[in-house]
Amino acid sequence: MAAEQSFYHTPSSPRHTGFTAWLLTTDHKRIGLMYGAVILCYFLVGMTLGLLMRTELMSVNHKIVSAQTYNALFTLHGVIMIFIFIIPGMPTIFGNFFMPIQIGAEDVIFPRLNLMTFYLFVIGGILAIVSLFAMGPPDTGWTFYVPFSISTHTGVTLTVFAVFVLGVSSMLTGINFITTIHRCRAKGMGWMQIPLFTWTIYSTAWVQVLATPVIGITMLLILVERVFGVGLLDPSKGGDPLMYQHLFWMYSHPAVYIMILPGMGIISEIFPVFSRKPIFGYRSIVAAGMGIATIGSLVWAHHMFVSGISDEAVLVFSFFTFIVAVPSAVKVFNWVSTMYGGSIDFKPPLFFALWFIFLFTIGGLTGLVQGAAGQNVHIHDTHWVVGHFHFVMFGGSGFALIAGLHYWWPKMFGRMYDYKKAFIGGYMLVVGFMMHYFPMFILGLEGMPRRYYTYLPRYWAWNFFEGIGGYIMVAGIILIFVNLFLSFRNPPTAPADPWGGTTLEWSIPSPPPLKNFTREPIVASYPYDFSEQARKLKEGGTDVTT
Amino acid sequence: MSDHIDNKGTRMGMWFFLYTEIMLFGGLFVLYAAYFHRYTKDFIIAGNETMLVLGTLNTAILLVSSFAVAAAVKAMGRNSSKAVIVLLSITIFLGLAFLFNKYIEWSRDFTHGYYPGSAKMLDGPKGQSIFFALYFTLTGLHALHVFIGTTVLGTCIVLTVKKRITATRMNFLENTGLFWHLVDIIWIFLFPLFYLLL
Repeated sequence: MAAEQSFYHTPSSPRHTGFTAWLLTTDHKRIGLMYGAVILCYFLVGMTLGLLMRTELMSVNHKIVSAQTYNALFTLHGVIMIFIFIIPGMPTIFGNFFMPIQIGAEDVIFPRLNLMTFYLFVIGGILAIVSLFAMGPPDTGWTFYVPFSISTHTGVTLTVFAVFVLGVSSMLTGINFITTIHRCRAKGMGWMQIPLFTWTIYSTAWVQVLATPVIGITMLLILVERVFGVGLLDPSKGGDPLMYQHLFWMYSHPAVYIMILPGMGIISEIFPVFSRKPIFGYRSIVAAGMGIATIGSLVWAHHMFVSGISDEAVLVFSFFTFIVAVPSAVKVFNWVSTMYGGSIDFKPPLFFALWFIFLFTIGGLTGLVQGAAGQNVHIHDTHWVVGHFHFVMFGGSGFALIAGLHYWWPKMFGRMYDYKKAFIGGYMLVVGFMMHYFPMFILGLEGMPRRYYTYLPRYWAWNFFEGIGGYIMVAGIILIFVNLFLSFRNPPTAPADPWGGTTLEWSIPSPPPLKNFTREPIVASYPYDFSEQARKLKEGGTDVTT
Repeated sequence: MSDHIDNKGTRMGMWFFLYTEIMLFGGLFVLYAAYFHRYTKDFIIAGNETMLVLGTLNTAILLVSSFAVAAAVKAMGRNSSKAVIVLLSITIFLGLAFLFNKYIEWSRDFTHGYYPGSAKMLDGPKGQSIFFALYFTLTGLHALHVFIGTTVLGTCIVLTVKKRITATRMNFLENTGLFWHLVDIIWIFLFPLFYLLL
């Protein structure tokens, strides 16, 4: 198929051309890319804020920002990275672009709702930025803990409203995706023929639908509290701040799984393709995904072990926290076993996927250290926690997102990128990452608290070291993105199936045509069957993709 | 696929949306349960101050309106758009009557100082203040839903007049009906918690 037939050249409605063809599109691929553009901008802002914080912490005495500014920095870094980058990132970019293709559909079931959620997302993002300037940047941390968040004079009211709007967007996206997966699958695609990425999008969407309304009402409660002072969360009027923490984490802990599950799906796609071998334990990966979504909804109070909940509650939530590690570990074993005896093709997507396993495992195991009730008291609110969640969220979700970008880039844009720069950027990122985040575990055990803009002189050496790591890491990220964008100078000649993949998105041209499929998609009875690829390989020619 | 409308899919999406609404209110019901456990006696005293008569009247109003909207959906199935318009108008009228009663009720509460932050509540037991905080937040959020519901029902009438909703294309009407029933059923839970049981 000629490149002119790609969705870039055919607007979803012939009435629109140029910019409006993008802004008013109902094509899931264009919407996915628009999300991508917006999220990339916010990611760069969030990254800059983070780097600024670490630069500040590189010295004990020389201060480049005030304490109040530092509070605003970590609040905004958290709000942007959590609510605007990681939570929506993979479901809205890759979920929108690839989920309908993977199930053999033309589009999502509610295309116009899809566009609306994009605009809700944009509005929420703008409100978050406006709240910076309207009444002074919020200084509560991304958790908005009461009673401070209802008494501080900064622009928290607008920020929580922004989070509410972002939540509505996320929830409606979840509804759209679940319904699409139920109703729009191609003929022959039963539940056990669905590719694993789509399976994780499905379990993620359930968490979005069931948990997001809770953060919605919690944010509204802060708003009501700040505007009307009803006292439901205000201890001076009989309210209990602990109730806020419960409601907040009832969403925000499951949200962690919204962030990581699609990443696990991407990794599950990459391993079989680059090992030329069926995924090990397809059904167990599906079950583990749903298991994580279910048990992950029952662990929220492990964020509150030192907040004054009862010992029985601590015991129960600690227990579930250990249980939720099991399905995650099942997946890790599945991925590693997939490589065993396979024919490894070491390309950038696999490279990033392997780092995902390494970093995510460290993040997961350190999480269990926190989940144990005894140690938690010691390391609560220290840099240990900061180290842990950056290993999981960045080393896990972030690397999965980068791996997904390198995996699907040829399909999305029809262009190949330079492997060498991708590897160099990746190594810089990993070295910087380890230098940056690993010392946080040591600092945490030594007792350095999080969210302080200064520290005792004896913590200086590690903080300085971390700062250097931070700069190397950012340089790596920039190189990775520059390399990807440099691919636009290459001719749009990426083959339909550059890696030898078996799922449906590799059966259509790169980039895909407007309605994805030019002829009825042929659904394999097992989505990871590489026998065809193996046959081509035997017939001669070293490259399975030709 | 984009040419025809997937009726079952549309209804399924609506049901998922209703789940999210239940979870939204669910957060507040959890608060109610926790505070009721802590301030049981204060809740019983404060619960006697709400107006059972108006609450009962509003329950009746919502139940009848739910019947009207269900009848409207049935009537649309039989293609009699006149009956649909009449029945939807009745529903909207009842919805507005509900809001009017709420207005009367709340004005009485305000003049008697039954609201969080009033001198009466600040000096009195904290449990009673919390009861009224929940009362205003929950019934307020519910009233907001009634208001949104009546607006959407109004849209249904306009679309029926314009022949955009017909017997073969009545997803929007059906889903609006479902939403209205949800608003109704939430009230069915609010009524005993704030008026009847305490």
